[in-house]
Amino acid sequence: MSEIIKHIEDPVLDIQKLSIAYNKDKYAVTDVNAGIKRKRVTAIMGPSGCGKSTLLRAINRMHDLYSNIVIDGKVFLNGEDTSELSAIHLRRKIGMVFQRPNPFPTMSIYDNVLAGYKLNGIRLKKTQRDEIVEETLQDVTLWDEVKDSLLKKGTFLSGGQQQRLCIARALAFKPDVLLLDEPTSALDPVATKKVEELLIKLKKNYTILLVTHNMSQAARISDFSMFMYMGELVEYGKTKDMFINPLDKRTEEYLTGKFS
Amino acid sequence: MFKSEKITKIILYASSALIVLVSAGIVLSLMNGSIPAFKEFGLKFIISNDWNPTEGKENYGALPFIAGTVITSFIAIIICLPLAFSTSLFIGEYYRGTRLAGIVGTMVDMLAGIPSIVYGLWGFYVLRPLIVDLGLSAQGYGIFTAGIILAIMIIPYATSISTEIIMMVSSELKEGAYSLGATRKDVIFSVIIPNARSGIFTSYILAFGRALGETMAVTMLIGNTNLIPRGFFDTGNTMASVIANQFGEADGLKLSALITIGLLLFVITGIINGIGKLIIKRM
Ligand SMILES: Nc1ncnc2c1ncn2[C@@H]1O[C@H](COP(=O)(O)OP(=O)(O)OP(=O)(O)O)[C@@H](O)[C@H]1O
Ligand SMILES: [Mg+2]
Repeated sequence: MSEIIKHIEDPVLDIQKLSIAYNKDKYAVTDVNAGIKRKRVTAIMGPSGCGKSTLLRAINRMHDLYSNIVIDGKVFLNGEDTSELSAIHLRRKIGMVFQRPNPFPTMSIYDNVLAGYKLNGIRLKKTQRDEIVEETLQDVTLWDEVKDSLLKKGTFLSGGQQQRLCIARALAFKPDVLLLDEPTSALDPVATKKVEELLIKLKKNYTILLVTHNMSQAARISDFSMFMYMGELVEYGKTKDMFINPLDKRTEEYLTGKFS
Repeated sequence: MFKSEKITKIILYASSALIVLVSAGIVLSLMNGSIPAFKEFGLKFIISNDWNPTEGKENYGALPFIAGTVITSFIAIIICLPLAFSTSLFIGEYYRGTRLAGIVGTMVDMLAGIPSIVYGLWGFYVLRPLIVDLGLSAQGYGIFTAGIILAIMIIPYATSISTEIIMMVSSELKEGAYSLGATRKDVIFSVIIPNARSGIFTSYILAFGRALGETMAVTMLIGNTNLIPRGFFDTGNTMASVIANQFGEADGLKLSALITIGLLLFVITGIINGIGKLIIKRM
């Protein structure tokens, strides 16, 4: 490991000695240490199978849903050990967006935005609901496109709109962190550009952790970048520094397209 | 090479044609056999509840059997519904992929493999005396007893189709819900059930269709009286069981009446299955 950022002042997330194995003895993530800076976009890059998704999913404890996954090490959210919070509580503070847009097909656009509240059985007044829906859809720049069809099913939207709806759904709780796992890989270039612009806008208020396969995307929108290789966090630094002057040979080879 | 392809083609065509012919032949001969009864009674056959084979006063109406069929099948589906529903969630979601789910799934499949006559026998020696002991009816025969047996017989169908539908709900949707802080219960009620709803409904329609035509076990337990049942523990007859009971000594008009009942049963189950398949296709 060459230049791992050693210390980040007041990190939102602090990942400490994190190792994850799907099968015993075969670790998908090994000994990752990193602090994530508040209100910035941090990109996680690396070749397929290097453990990006596995790392990301540890942060909101999605691995809890499956048995047999071994996790060593700790993740802190605002200084609190996430393994000691309830997973439900934790996941309300950390939003997640998936590779393929997954709005709930049985719910309207309106209900999709409020899905977090509905699922958690939180009752709101009509005025509060309307307010959250409008504000959140404004935040994800979807309001103007859907304000006249809020009661239609979310699955009628285009892929890019669906993905922004999913981002809205994840933001409706005003989480501290937004995790995105290759959110544009199923989208066309125009829709991708919209999502990227949105993420840049959102970092004013949110800490964003973005897994991406796409180096130019990382270069365009991230402030910090991690490069992972075979489960290891090889390099972590300011995106600019890393792209101009990678310290590790593997990072350099990846960035120059020697492997992908 | 060329020749063998031709032969293959001929064999395929011939077998398919044979099957088409056989099914068309069955339908046609049923229709043909039902003509005398139809000529004699017309549509009154369906709404009359008089079944009288006495020579000279011969009169046949199918209403008691239609009623018996529908009532027993409804009793069966109502008993089956909660059990099949919970079991399919157990196998398809809660314990999905575990050994326990495998064992329960195998048991359910095993229920489907038991022949009707064995269910009838079990019902006769175990269930019927139980109904008597509970004081529900004097002899233990009747639509309720038949309905319970039918329920046990259709549970595997409803369960296995529902289980498959539940397992088809994509993990992306479920993870989407979990990532919003949903609990297992929330995911089941707000994601899995709404998304699997029409499929689960269909599984009950198909199970109902099976109950309608089930014969042997019902015949052994329903009491075989040609009256419209007035209460839960009354005896009765279903369309299938009256045929099984009376075809041996039937000829002439009576035989034609039984054949007409058979044709009716065939049409009704055909419609029910058709509706089920249509919903599945449109999912
Ligand atoms: N559910 C699973 N069970 C077993 N092994 C898994 C599972 N998910 C991932 N793995 C393995 O863990 C390693 C890391 O996978 P991961 O999905 O985190 O990679 P990734 O960097 O996100 O790849 P990609 O860019 O293709 O999405 C891989 O070797 C993968 O085969
Ligand atoms: Mg991945």
